[in-house]
Amino acid sequence: MTSPLQQKIKITGPSMVTANRTWDGVVIYRTAAKGWSTDLSEAAIVHTADDARALLAESVADDVGAVGAYIAPVQIRDGGAIKPGNLREQIRSRGVTIELPLPA
Amino acid sequence: MYAYDEIDRTLINERVTEFRDQVKRRLSGELTEDEFKSLRLMNGVYLQLHAYMFRVAIPYGTLSSEQMRRLAHVARRYDRGYGHFTTRQNIQFNWIKLAELPDALADLAEVGIHAMQTSGNCTRNITADQWAGVAPGEIEDPRIWAELLRQYSTLHPEFSFLPRKFKFAITASQHDRAAIKVHDIGLRLHRNAAGETGFEVLVGGGLGRTPFIGKTIKPFVPGRDLLSYVEAILRVYNQYGRRDNIYKARIKILVHELGIEKFASEVEHEWQQMRDSALTLDDAVVEDIRSRFTYPAYEKLPHMPDELKQAAHDPHFEAWRKNSVAPHKVPGYAIVTLSLKPVGGPPGDATAEQMDAIADLADKYSFGEIRVGHEQNLALPHVARRDLPALWRALDKIGVATPNINLVTDIIACPGLDYCALANARSIPIAQELTRRFANHDTANLIGRLHVNISGCINACGHHHVGHIGILGVEKNGEEFYQITIGGRADENAAVGTLIGPAVPYGEVADVVEDIVEAYLALRARPDELFIDAVKRLGVEPFRERVYATR
Repeated sequence: MTSPLQQKIKITGPSMVTANRTWDGVVIYRTAAKGWSTDLSEAAIVHTADDARALLAESVADDVGAVGAYIAPVQIRDGGAIKPGNLREQIRSRGVTIELPLPA
Repeated sequence: MYAYDEIDRTLINERVTEFRDQVKRRLSGELTEDEFKSLRLMNGVYLQLHAYMFRVAIPYGTLSSEQMRRLAHVARRYDRGYGHFTTRQNIQFNWIKLAELPDALADLAEVGIHAMQTSGNCTRNITADQWAGVAPGEIEDPRIWAELLRQYSTLHPEFSFLPRKFKFAITASQHDRAAIKVHDIGLRLHRNAAGETGFEVLVGGGLGRTPFIGKTIKPFVPGRDLLSYVEAILRVYNQYGRRDNIYKARIKILVHELGIEKFASEVEHEWQQMRDSALTLDDAVVEDIRSRFTYPAYEKLPHMPDELKQAAHDPHFEAWRKNSVAPHKVPGYAIVTLSLKPVGGPPGDATAEQMDAIADLADKYSFGEIRVGHEQNLALPHVARRDLPALWRALDKIGVATPNINLVTDIIACPGLDYCALANARSIPIAQELTRRFANHDTANLIGRLHVNISGCINACGHHHVGHIGILGVEKNGEEFYQITIGGRADENAAVGTLIGPAVPYGEVADVVEDIVEAYLALRARPDELFIDAVKRLGVEPFRERVYATR
């Protein structure tokens, strides 16, 4: 399979890098401080393909901390709030759209 | 139930130890994800949208009550208190932590459950008719042969790296409940003109991006030759199957491109060189497997006990009995299907509490045995008819007595975009909305047998191609749309459904299904003409007109 870094990177708007945390699989976002956060509002935002490639490269390099890193779109709302850019990322960020069974 | 021997137990325990070491090395950084991925997949561990997903095999759909309790324990201890029964007699846990997976596997291994070959390009879980061994008219219990195939294919060195995954299904009944025609190899146990038992072997069935109905490659293979014949098929596939294009790597593509006659001739050539090899099954081997299946000590019981006569006055009980209780091969007993399709619920999900309760009820009423069907429901296979009223009350209490088996709300659905990394669109909320629309049981009964299958992407885990009504989620410009097919079926007359027209948006899917059902009710020749028969008689056009007239 082609490495994410070898794939042609094309972004059409503000983007971030997301992955899953290796030990438990939780959704995480790459931060500007070269770390990971479970909070989308702390994600590093990029606007060009070159910046996206660089952010992805440093994310993929952390193979122990994160798995499956990729670039995903975000929306920047008035006031700077970061929101997921598509339904898949909305679901990853907010959780499933269905009610889960309540723990007994 | 089949009792594992020491070899099985050792194998499963060794796999736990091995995987524990692999996880430890992954978490320490000694193994990269690239190195680890194939190892985790060999143990049923996928990475999904929110977390790791853990797929556990339930070979030929048979579970003991002890095993069910252990699944409940895993759901409770390592996940979020529930599990999802799949269309291939597996159970999936959606929220499991990689660091805890070895412990979960170890807990399962104690009761003989594992996750080997629930993923990867190998032979997957061998599935069977969920009524195997109890269905009236069955030739013999097909699980004996499924177990032989399980042992043969587990960690098979030659077939652990096939071009693509490989799925077997087996039945010994005339009515196919195992969907054998949409498997890579489908096996139908039957008797030939001389009265001998053997297998009709079908090959090249499958769904996904390119659906095909399996073709008969050999109408009769004696039981003693079963392993050598399937090995010949696997060898030809392993040699000629494409490895350069994942979308063309399944055996169905090879069979289609070569043609069944050419493929069959290649297999025959291979088989003739090896049919009298070590793979020939002598009677003693088959008998040894057979002897490890234990069957209940059935009592001689009346067909119509007093308990049943009295309960017949309760219309709710009668609605359930008529819908969810099937004849058993032994007089006085019944097969009871437990619906995992409550109104508004995710199809195939069961909570840990439900699993524990079902295990207790299996002990009390079904000789400790539970079955899992590809329709994502469960069954208790050995229920005395006198116990049906008491069992119904207990099942109703835990929410698994919805009398909707084979009706419009008995929906097969994949996890879809709520969980799955491959999905383009959601499946579960569509299913939930449909169950609300058709929640009235009188209406559902009026409609009659109608299978709705939903997949969130072209990989077709929800078997949409073979739904009487099939719903396929696609993505268009960032929005969820759904293609609707009708006329598919997964039984002995399996067929791929026909697309009725352009995809419709998420919010219109339930309306479209209602339109199709209304058209059927208006057009059916008589009240007992099933939806699937009406579609066959009328074609797609009247339904297309009804759906798109106002869209």
